[in-house]
Amino acid sequence: MQKIKREALISRASELLKNGTVDRVFGWKRGEFDYDITPALFHSADELEKDFVWGSLCGANFSKYLVKEAAAGEGKVLVFLKPCDSYSFNQLLTEHRFPRDKVYAVGVECAGMLDAAKIKAAADGLSAIRETENSVIAETLYDGDIEFKPDDVLAERCLNCKSKKVVAFDEMLGENGEADASARFDEVEKLEKMTPDERYAFWQNELSRCIRCNACRDVCPACTCEKCVFDNPESGAENKAAADSFEEKMFHIIRAFHVAGRCTDCGECSRVCPQHIPLHLLNRKFIKDIDAFYGDYQAGEEVGMRAPVVNYTQNDPEPGDVVGGGANG
Amino acid sequence: MVKVLLDKLDGLFAAIAQKETLYIPIDTPTGAKYEKWSDGMKMSDALNTVRSPKDFFFPQTENLMEFKTEGKKIEIIDIRRENEDFVLFGVKGCDVASFDVLDKVFLAEPVDSFYKNRREHATVVSLACNRPHETCFCGTFGIDASAPGGDVVCIKTDDALFMDAKTEKGEKLLSLISEFTESTDGKEAADTAGVIRERLKKLPLSSLSAEAFGDGKTSKFFDAPEWKELSQTCLGCGTCTFVCPTCQCYDIKDFNTGHGVKRFRCWDSCMYSDFTKMSAGQPRLTQLERFRQRFMHKLVYFPTNNNGMFSCVGCGRCINKCPIQMNIVKVMKKLGGTENG
Repeated sequence: MQKIKREALISRASELLKNGTVDRVFGWKRGEFDYDITPALFHSADELEKDFVWGSLCGANFSKYLVKEAAAGEGKVLVFLKPCDSYSFNQLLTEHRFPRDKVYAVGVECAGMLDAAKIKAAADGLSAIRETENSVIAETLYDGDIEFKPDDVLAERCLNCKSKKVVAFDEMLGENGEADASARFDEVEKLEKMTPDERYAFWQNELSRCIRCNACRDVCPACTCEKCVFDNPESGAENKAAADSFEEKMFHIIRAFHVAGRCTDCGECSRVCPQHIPLHLLNRKFIKDIDAFYGDYQAGEEVGMRAPVVNYTQNDPEPGDVVGGGANG
Repeated sequence: MVKVLLDKLDGLFAAIAQKETLYIPIDTPTGAKYEKWSDGMKMSDALNTVRSPKDFFFPQTENLMEFKTEGKKIEIIDIRRENEDFVLFGVKGCDVASFDVLDKVFLAEPVDSFYKNRREHATVVSLACNRPHETCFCGTFGIDASAPGGDVVCIKTDDALFMDAKTEKGEKLLSLISEFTESTDGKEAADTAGVIRERLKKLPLSSLSAEAFGDGKTSKFFDAPEWKELSQTCLGCGTCTFVCPTCQCYDIKDFNTGHGVKRFRCWDSCMYSDFTKMSAGQPRLTQLERFRQRFMHKLVYFPTNNNGMFSCVGCGRCINKCPIQMNIVKVMKKLGGTENG
């Protein structure tokens, strides 16, 4: 359950609109149900009061929207940043993707976000979601209330939360926390322990469900090319049809390489996947390897950092030393 | 009408599968999906599958023809084959209605022989929705989830599946499995249908209306200022179009094999930046126009061209799957200008 309440965000946003600091607010907009919350722009205190929501179903990361939105208005846009969003924010600034002086960032303490799909899978006909201090209650159309422990319906990325620290803000709502990446690679380590055949089978099972909707790419704050190579008929790499059910692995592996060193591990790719493919595990494997080869590195921790994969130091390991030589090298 | 006891369902499936390929919805850790039946498979109790059954008639990719080149000679190879008969079991009312929408597109002149081939060889066994979800709004488009269409219509009670043949194909299927079924007056099925109808009335979206939309409303909505806000945070991904049972746009491309060409078609999405790109460029320059295209097609253009038939069936997949939680219900309410569309 979030410590900071909706009213606190609305009240601060309304003040900032009123005193002219910002002329619009990027926020989460109420939908038909508790869980169908849409990223939206708000222009007045009335609009905020009517439709702005904040709670444990506000998973969307707004940082990427700033690429378009920051320069779109005359004044500044207010954006609320959860800890993981703030890393994307910094990484985009590092890549000069939006003007910082057109944005007013309010950091928000985050207690982790719920995964509505997990709740739905266990609650047939979900009419409402309520939270108490230690439980999540799903109101259903046919089975009454169903109670969950928060950890059982927490989003995957939040179960392995890498940081409660908002690393970019003009002001904070609530307490700022600390980074703690200790559990972050647990899932990756499980994959590393598999035999190559087991791992191949794992990814074949996962990636063969891909319907190539591109939602993972389109939501990814590290994917901000103006024209993606896969959308460009001139590129020779455009592919709208997979030759077999596992061909989409190429798209996902190429994309993971492309964002390596820039991916902040915000987890949006897995959140939006309609087929529940754990795409973030590909990125996390890269992050783990980068940490192992070049020392701990967290993309987006500070603005202006040079990622190890685009930097050179004399201490860089030789590829052969890392992967080992020989037939399997 | 006949009925089969649920504990005899395995035998019934085996009997069908002996004669024709049988597909049923099964549960997986990531949601229900249709799968070719094999021994031991259980039919899912989930309300519906993640992907729609349109794949059976209009697959995501398929080869259409091949060209073989030798010097200056070019040979055209027709790769069409007669499809084998198959049974699609447990299709929900919304999805059965989606086949009617697809028929309007693919069976109108010029008839799409690939689609027609599959459609003709399929026997559709539908299943009433005992527990419709909060995201369901098939009633908005005149679909009754307690009495779906199809060749055989089923209603499931606590211990039996009631089956009613509606077409010749349906009769044929029931005669194939007569050893598993017994005749019935259908009272329990009628009672269950009554319960379902009551449930449908109480759904949160039951009062959603499509009345503001339909035939001839292009000029009313095309330049509506609401499109800007509705499309503002659309990511431009293809999730809605790919999980939608009625989205039917495709692209046709040639794949150069080095010694010939394979011509294939694949689903396309009006949300994509290169959709219907022509020599002069993409006619819909921003996401606003692409977004508008999708909803205008469902709510205005399609009914204008098809005697008022909407090309949305209210299955709710877009509500469940859109990454930004924008969907046709929100569009209808906003544009319709009332609480109920």
